[in-house]
Amino acid sequence: MDRFVWTSGLLEINETLVIQQRGVRIYDGEEKIKFDAGTLLLSTHRLIWRDQKNHECCMAILLSQIVFIEEQAAGIGKSAKIVVHLHPAPPNKEPGPFQSSKNSYIKLSFKEHGQIEFYRRLSEEMTQRRWENMPVSQSLQTNRGPQPGRIRAVGIVGIERKLEEKRKETDKNISEAKEMVELSKSIANKIKDKQGDITEDETIRFKSYLLSMGIANPVTRETYGSGTQYHMQLAKQLAGILQVPLEERGGIMSLTEVYCLVNRARGMELLSPEDLVNACKMLEALKLPLRLRVFDSGVMVIELQSHKEEEMVASALETVSEKGSLTSEEFAKLVGMSVLLAKERLLLAEKMGHLCRDDSVEGLRFYPNLFMTQS
Amino acid sequence: MHRRGVGAGAIAKKKLAEMSKQLDMFKTNLEEFASKHKQEIRKNPEFRVQFQDMCATIGVDPLASGKGFWSEMLGVGDFYYELGVQIIEVCLALKHRNGGLITLEELHQQVLKGRGKFAQDVSQDDLIRAIKKLKALGTGFGIIPVGGTYLIQSVPAELNMDHTVVLQLAEKNGYVTVSEIKASLKWETERARQVLEHLLKEGLAWLDLQAPGEAHYWLPALFTDLYSQEITAEEAREALP
Repeated sequence: MDRFVWTSGLLEINETLVIQQRGVRIYDGEEKIKFDAGTLLLSTHRLIWRDQKNHECCMAILLSQIVFIEEQAAGIGKSAKIVVHLHPAPPNKEPGPFQSSKNSYIKLSFKEHGQIEFYRRLSEEMTQRRWENMPVSQSLQTNRGPQPGRIRAVGIVGIERKLEEKRKETDKNISEAKEMVELSKSIANKIKDKQGDITEDETIRFKSYLLSMGIANPVTRETYGSGTQYHMQLAKQLAGILQVPLEERGGIMSLTEVYCLVNRARGMELLSPEDLVNACKMLEALKLPLRLRVFDSGVMVIELQSHKEEEMVASALETVSEKGSLTSEEFAKLVGMSVLLAKERLLLAEKMGHLCRDDSVEGLRFYPNLFMTQS
Repeated sequence: MHRRGVGAGAIAKKKLAEMSKQLDMFKTNLEEFASKHKQEIRKNPEFRVQFQDMCATIGVDPLASGKGFWSEMLGVGDFYYELGVQIIEVCLALKHRNGGLITLEELHQQVLKGRGKFAQDVSQDDLIRAIKKLKALGTGFGIIPVGGTYLIQSVPAELNMDHTVVLQLAEKNGYVTVSEIKASLKWETERARQVLEHLLKEGLAWLDLQAPGEAHYWLPALFTDLYSQEITAEEAREALP
């Protein structure tokens, strides 16, 4: 309680009022003192208390003197409070209501409510530390020693503190996430070892937890792979969105094309590549009119169920025969496909024995397989 | 026997309930975290790196799904997934020229150009992370370390250690010769020739028979200064069939 200084209560230039609340009582540590009914004002620089009965009685502490604050919930017959922990008073402090105090904290009791909002605003001001950026008159800075050097230090210390706070918050965040990772591992093991009765529903729920947290999913079930409800819905959506584009492109599209098409159309709340793959893996199981196909090369495509790549191979053979021989690029141009998919089709034709290759520095060229046709 | 089953099952169910509770709490805390740091994550590439590294150490992938908390609340997802689209478009637009191999620098330049003046800043680290995610799509995205930087591969060409090492050698001058390979790597002529032929076949290297001395094998991916053709975002998008 010895940190307070008497003040006129007038705000300085650059000092702004943030919030005020009537009916606030101050405690010195745990002790009730005579300041039992006042208006508490929060500015960008200070916490000011003015007696409701005697307006001349007005005191303040600098926000920079606050170490940290806590909330104390209301109880039966007790008002909600904010506990304010303070730095020690500097030696050359201006006069205030108390010369000395054994406590390094005070309590603010909100007898007419308003504690929640006040706490929120006070926390915000403590985080933003606007008093560091907005210089005010000498009187507010008397207890800080030689001015210029000190301000600079406050500036840097302020930034460091902010970084430190950010680091601490991120750390807290990350350590919570870490706990969840551990917990999820032990649950996953139980599921894998088939210990006890985890229902299909519960497994699906668990997978959606993993999905929200971004934890790799070690649990796969036959029916839906590593998919979740979300992926099932997504699969159904994709079936709707992709029908027409697929028809326009001869019934087949690479997953890369699908990724770009879908995300460009969405604009926001985009799909991750993994979301797309997981959804596509479920297309067949959900009996949708599209399917995911993985070629030997690892290239992944979406085809219409009605699309028969093997039949397309027959027409590819015709095209190649007409021209004598074709590279993937030439074939792609002729048929109006992407080079990637053209190559896959020719490779498939080769696998089925219809084409054979001439692999040279000039590129990969395909010829009709005369061994087959002329035997 | 039956009792054992029930016991173990009960523990698992209890853990699941606990996880659900923890998840709710985590979500609330993350919302608070996001309200303070969301802007910074969007604007500050360094913070993104720190954040991602921390997630990686504990086994959490904030980019795994657009439906994850990280994505929804911090908005990290959309940033990287959109970047993925832009990377694909740039690579496709330039493939005819460099065969599907491009330096990280050039990719960075072209992506920034496509994004325009008012878009958020994108770092090379951001590009690498986006590319790592794109690998899931199966179409051959790869990251090859060369010199002090990386080559980004965007077609499913098979590149083994030998090919990679020759690419690294070529990084200095933008081209490489058989003699150079034999001198630096101590290979036999045949091995060097095979590698170079493969690169030619895949369209990653161009053969220059008119160079002084012996044949030069140029890597278009590596000589952008001599050949800075500008592609606009429009051209990039049209490159997609």
